[in-house]
Amino acid sequence: MAVIQIREAIRDALAEEMRRDEKVILLGEEVGEYDGAYKCSRGLLKEFGPDRVIDTPIAENGFAGLGIGMAFLGFRPVVEFMTFNFSLIAIDQIINTAAKARLMSGGQLTCPIVFRGAGGAAKQLAAQHSNSFEHFYAYTPGLYVVAPSTPYDMKGLLKTAIRDDNIVCFFESELTYSLRGEVPDEEYLIPLGKGDIKKEGKDVTLISWSKNVHLALKVAEELEQDNIDAEVVDLRSLRPLDKDLIFGSVRKTNRVVVIQEQHEISSYGSYLAYLIQKDCFDYLDAPVEVVSSLEVPMPYSLSLEEIVFPSVARCKEAVYSVCYL
Amino acid sequence: MDISEIANFYRKMLLIRRFEEESARLYTERKIGGFLHLYIGQEAVAVGAISAINLSTDYVISAYRCHGHYLACGGSVEAGFAELLGKDTGCAKGRGGSMHFYDVKNHYYGGWGIVGAHVPVAAGMAWAVKKNKTGGVVLCFIGDGAINIGPFHEGLSLAALWGLPLIVIIENNYFSMGTPLHKTSPVEDLSIRALGYPVARDCADGFDVFDVRDCVSRAVERARSKNQTTLIDIKCYRYRGHSMADPGTYRTKEEVEEMKKKDCILQLEKILLDKGYQSLVEKIKKEVEEEITTGLSRAEAAKFPDPATVTNYVYVNS
Repeated sequence: MAVIQIREAIRDALAEEMRRDEKVILLGEEVGEYDGAYKCSRGLLKEFGPDRVIDTPIAENGFAGLGIGMAFLGFRPVVEFMTFNFSLIAIDQIINTAAKARLMSGGQLTCPIVFRGAGGAAKQLAAQHSNSFEHFYAYTPGLYVVAPSTPYDMKGLLKTAIRDDNIVCFFESELTYSLRGEVPDEEYLIPLGKGDIKKEGKDVTLISWSKNVHLALKVAEELEQDNIDAEVVDLRSLRPLDKDLIFGSVRKTNRVVVIQEQHEISSYGSYLAYLIQKDCFDYLDAPVEVVSSLEVPMPYSLSLEEIVFPSVARCKEAVYSVCYL
Repeated sequence: MDISEIANFYRKMLLIRRFEEESARLYTERKIGGFLHLYIGQEAVAVGAISAINLSTDYVISAYRCHGHYLACGGSVEAGFAELLGKDTGCAKGRGGSMHFYDVKNHYYGGWGIVGAHVPVAAGMAWAVKKNKTGGVVLCFIGDGAINIGPFHEGLSLAALWGLPLIVIIENNYFSMGTPLHKTSPVEDLSIRALGYPVARDCADGFDVFDVRDCVSRAVERARSKNQTTLIDIKCYRYRGHSMADPGTYRTKEEVEEMKKKDCILQLEKILLDKGYQSLVEKIKKEVEEEITTGLSRAEAAKFPDPATVTNYVYVNS
């Protein structure tokens, strides 16, 4: 098994799928000559040429819509947003064109497309570049939403997303592109809608996705000093959601903390809390806690930014709360 | 002029006119819900433009005033009425309604409700036909109300940049809903916007089906031979309101009546009658009436969608 970075896992997934199927096209800002703003498409322009690795002008609505038109006629575009912060310019195309096309046409249109890029905040990029928007897309019937946390999951899920005939919004993270992990040499796929237990435990369930899975793992590690054995559930997919995995863990531990970078109000974590109380009410020993970003646009200063994000300390407080410690 | 060609245009435009008149009636009877944007007055644009392409290799996409484009692409009258009535036999299985007609097998790709948003989609389809080397072109119809919104410009600028066989037709009916053109554009010739991308530009008289056909044919030739994108301004006029909810208080009855004197269908009827083809005109009228009556009665008799299918067509394999 090779140990590679997440950006390499993404690049390998793209390259393998582009070799396998000539209908797979990569387009977006900086994907070609620059090798990707975060170097996730290194070498792809050279291997596949400018007809299949397409540098676009800065026009998110335009190139997202363009990808949808390609997909209607049988291509399988992967549209890269430099970050999902800029997907707001294209959100009308994703939500009001792509996600509605199949229903509005009574099943005549198919739109096999992946919208991918970095989601969430990085470090000190200030308010306009630090949004966590995956719930906008997870809210929308017609879309799938994936937010993996490791090189292994990233590669296996991106390959599946590209092969899927539906619209997949694929969230990465600026802060974890360099994160390393083992990836098998042989080909593999991970199905959409299947979460993963990243650490087994019996006392409390920590639920997260994308880069905050690593925060949850760190929290779990520190909780060992308190003799609390935490289980870490990585959702991997937000839509479809692996409810069985969540409910199985909750019925085992009876205590839940959701860790998310979203603001709490109308967030994905709030939805998880609803689902868990509805389906596991009799199993819960405490109300579900949701640790979120504070209700403020992201300030620049590191001293403030650190307070806004869920921290190890805030997560541990939440765990103590559900354990009545 | 070839009589069979005139008769063919006359028949298609009359079919659209009658389809829309019946739709208006059904709407007032409350059998059609939601918005209903009628194409009455603009028939020569869809019929003339679509006659200039070959739907085996070419594609059409339009906005929400879409019944005319759907019918001009060969969409079934019965499936059109069924869609308006919300029936399972509709051209979008009762899921789309008036604004979202589709007939993918005839290469009519809808029927889109967000102003200007389908221009980049059309550019993507043009990218695909170019890549496939089929020699195909994409006709994209928009209204004059779409010329100030971002996606219109992004779509055209990408098409120009990559040399896509895309023809964007502005159906300039002088009103973006109820706001007159002079309040939304500093110039009346909207094709002038082509200069900035740049793409080729042309204009046509939307009351004259032959002028529309010839103008679009020139654009098709440029697209097929040189992958050149064209923006076309076609002046036309809708006789009815923006939608059925619109009493049209922003314009005078005299203005509408003046425009009706140039009516595209009456023009062709006059040509045919002047040349002595009265019986042909009568025959076409009768046949169109039969197609409308038969299609409507079948649509009315059809079933509404099965409630068990309410969540169908959200995902592939769902």
